[in-house]
Amino acid sequence: MKNLIALFCGGLFGIGLFISGMTNTTKVQGWLDIFGNWDPTLAFVLSGAIIPMAITWNITKRIKKPIFTDRFPKKTEQKLNKPLIIGSIMFGMGWGLSGLCPGPAMASLSFGGWQGLMFFFTMAIGMLFTPLIAKYLK
Amino acid sequence: MHPDWVSGLSGGLLIGFAASAYLLLNGRIMGASGILGGLIDLTGYENLLERLWFLLGLVLSPILAIQIAGGHDTQLTSDVYIIIASGLLVGIGTRLANGCTSGHGVCGISRLSFRGITATIVYLLCGVVSTIFFKNLLGLI
Repeated sequence: MKNLIALFCGGLFGIGLFISGMTNTTKVQGWLDIFGNWDPTLAFVLSGAIIPMAITWNITKRIKKPIFTDRFPKKTEQKLNKPLIIGSIMFGMGWGLSGLCPGPAMASLSFGGWQGLMFFFTMAIGMLFTPLIAKYLK
Repeated sequence: MHPDWVSGLSGGLLIGFAASAYLLLNGRIMGASGILGGLIDLTGYENLLERLWFLLGLVLSPILAIQIAGGHDTQLTSDVYIIIASGLLVGIGTRLANGCTSGHGVCGISRLSFRGITATIVYLLCGVVSTIFFKNLLGLI
């Protein structure tokens, strides 16, 4: 059952990314290009996603546990640390370069051509080597 | 076609519903980089199948959407060096920061997580800086 729900949620996520235009890199780069031809679409996407999710987090405070598992994810340690900041800087720089982040990169795999596949594989290689890099940041 | 903000808002709502269902039913945070990254470095070994099913849905569902809505172009650059640099930065960056636009942005901000909000501000600002630098100053993209 959990796997079926995962398939459904992944599917809904993919359709949402596609409809919102986030698989089109020019829309994302247009949002980041505040001194050029600025495109505000991404603000609507984020707001549309955050509002139902904020309600959901409130529901989790009122019910004991998720339907199919034992507990909700705990809020992790709230301290800021080096990996969080350095990682976010790297992510932002890369995001600006191509206009792709991990979700849309996967949602566009079926129609993104060799460019999309190549992006996905280099991203995966980066993820594979991150544990080694993380050691040096401690 | 709908104006962009209507598509943006409705697509965004679907993303929010997907994240809500994943949390309420499976008790998991819907973060794309975490779900994929945990498979790649095997830190998410204990729920390998659940991750695989999620990614399967994410990769395959746009094929359905294309049948209905049509129009599909990522307009991703063909510059190999930019693709490689960007892919590595996104891959390493999101795993170091433990989240991307979906994890920190959607799930973190909506929970008023200090780390999520900080990460989102940092990567948004750096995305803007990256665009100014590589597009407006260097003319690379």
